[in-house]
Amino acid sequence: MVRVLNGISLTAHAGAVTTLLGSNGAGKSTTLGCAQGLLKPDGGTVRLLGQDPYSGGSTLRSRVGVMLQDGGLPPSVKPMALLRHVEGMYSHPVNVDALAQRLGIDSFAHTTIRRLSGGQRQRVGLAAALVGNPEVVFLDEPSAGLDPQSRQTVFDLIAELRERGLCIVLTTHLMEDAQRLSDYVYIIDNGRNVAQGTVAELTAEATTATDSRTLFFTATPGLPAPELRDAGSLVEEAAGQYRVDGIRSPAALAEITSWWAERGILPTSITMEPKNLEDVFLDIAEGGARG
Amino acid sequence: MVEPDRYGLPVAPADRETSTNAAPLARRILRHGRYETAAMLGNGEQLVLAVVLPLLALFGLTFTDILDGIAEARIDAATPGVLALCVMSTAFTGQGISTGFDRRYGVLRFLATTPLGRAGLIFGKALAVLAVLVIQMVLVGGTALILGWRPDLAGAPIAVVLLVLGAAAFTSLGLLIAGTVRPEATLAITNLAWILLAAGGGILIPGSRLPGVLADIVAVLPSSALGDALRDALIGGTMNIGACLILLGWTIAAGLAATRWFKWN
Repeated sequence: MVRVLNGISLTAHAGAVTTLLGSNGAGKSTTLGCAQGLLKPDGGTVRLLGQDPYSGGSTLRSRVGVMLQDGGLPPSVKPMALLRHVEGMYSHPVNVDALAQRLGIDSFAHTTIRRLSGGQRQRVGLAAALVGNPEVVFLDEPSAGLDPQSRQTVFDLIAELRERGLCIVLTTHLMEDAQRLSDYVYIIDNGRNVAQGTVAELTAEATTATDSRTLFFTATPGLPAPELRDAGSLVEEAAGQYRVDGIRSPAALAEITSWWAERGILPTSITMEPKNLEDVFLDIAEGGARG
Repeated sequence: MVEPDRYGLPVAPADRETSTNAAPLARRILRHGRYETAAMLGNGEQLVLAVVLPLLALFGLTFTDILDGIAEARIDAATPGVLALCVMSTAFTGQGISTGFDRRYGVLRFLATTPLGRAGLIFGKALAVLAVLVIQMVLVGGTALILGWRPDLAGAPIAVVLLVLGAAAFTSLGLLIAGTVRPEATLAITNLAWILLAAGGGILIPGSRLPGVLADIVAVLPSSALGDALRDALIGGTMNIGACLILLGWTIAAGLAATRWFKWN
């Protein structure tokens, strides 16, 4: 038997997005599996809405929505047929047509799940998690494979669920997603939570005036990486989502804006972050490797 | 509870008045049974296995002399075994393959997180097996009646019990395989087993017609037990207790093994 988790301790509150951030294989999905009642932990305590999720009955399950990492969707079924089937398991489901329309599922309602793109499947999986009108939502890698537009749709929806007071627990290995979505972040590494806090808390600790900043911007996908002298290198984190680390001076920023001007790039969004989650994460990972 | 809103999003927890949001148990199981039945009937390969191959077996056994001497008419000797074959097609091979692939795609895990749960999933599947079985009985039994099948009606209630018992045994075996090996292996094992048992497992042709020690081995197989017991019921109107016990034994053994070793992911 392999010990996947060893010292995970976390709490998620209503009206907040709690994120488990970690690299692949860190133990995020296993943690969620325990919290959802799909796995029985060998030790420790798990409470979901005050009950043990593994032995909890249909009443407990009726209050919780789950989106699995691999989707958990039957390939030969059409999206609406699946959503209608899941809807039938609940006494007070949401309005399925409205939910499907909101997530753009109505535009591919008559295609079997097997023939959908990765991003379309993700949206069906998200809808399946919400159809039952849950109070707690577990989303395992909700942004994986999404194009920028559906990514925005999904992010807006998660924000709205939070405003309504739902408890949202999600996992991601993308720093930017964690940064954009989370109220509270647990960094998971090697089956343990090694750091926790709000994004501001996690990133503020070691940031000083002379520390490097990170620039995030959204533009057309597939831009060729420019030669940058002052700033760090350009990384396309997801289609059209770019990151430039190591901006230590106004000159470095000017270097990037002049590259935009040369190439005729007008980004749709720009943000600058002080020391970002990735830096925190790398600091911890290096510390872990040294220790 | 406040009605979910027109935007299709979950209601704020603070606005909820009741604590449960699960549909009643019976409705969940019935709905899942209907869903699984539709999935089985919508799959071309499953239909070939469930209806076309049994009908071919029925014609084959009726127009050859393989079963001569068992009953007064060939169709009377052939039909009980073909009905047993229908059970094996649906409960074992068909249901085993679909469960194996549902497991691969995470469908079992996802549905286990809904109010349906693990138990509801299994009951729903069992319901779908029975529903497809009823359709098979109508199609295959109806064809046999047209071909002149005259079953012993005294054995009809016994046959119904046997069909359900056989379905339980083969469903347990199918779930055991589907829950422990890869879906490709489940596909290979259950298809190969279907062919071997149909040809020489005592289901269509009584195991007693096999030579020597082979007959003794085949006699304890669920295929042979179901075939023999259905022939005894529908040809002679009698209850084959020994065969019933063998089927019961397979159901319990495979059921316990599946409970112990079935992996949901």
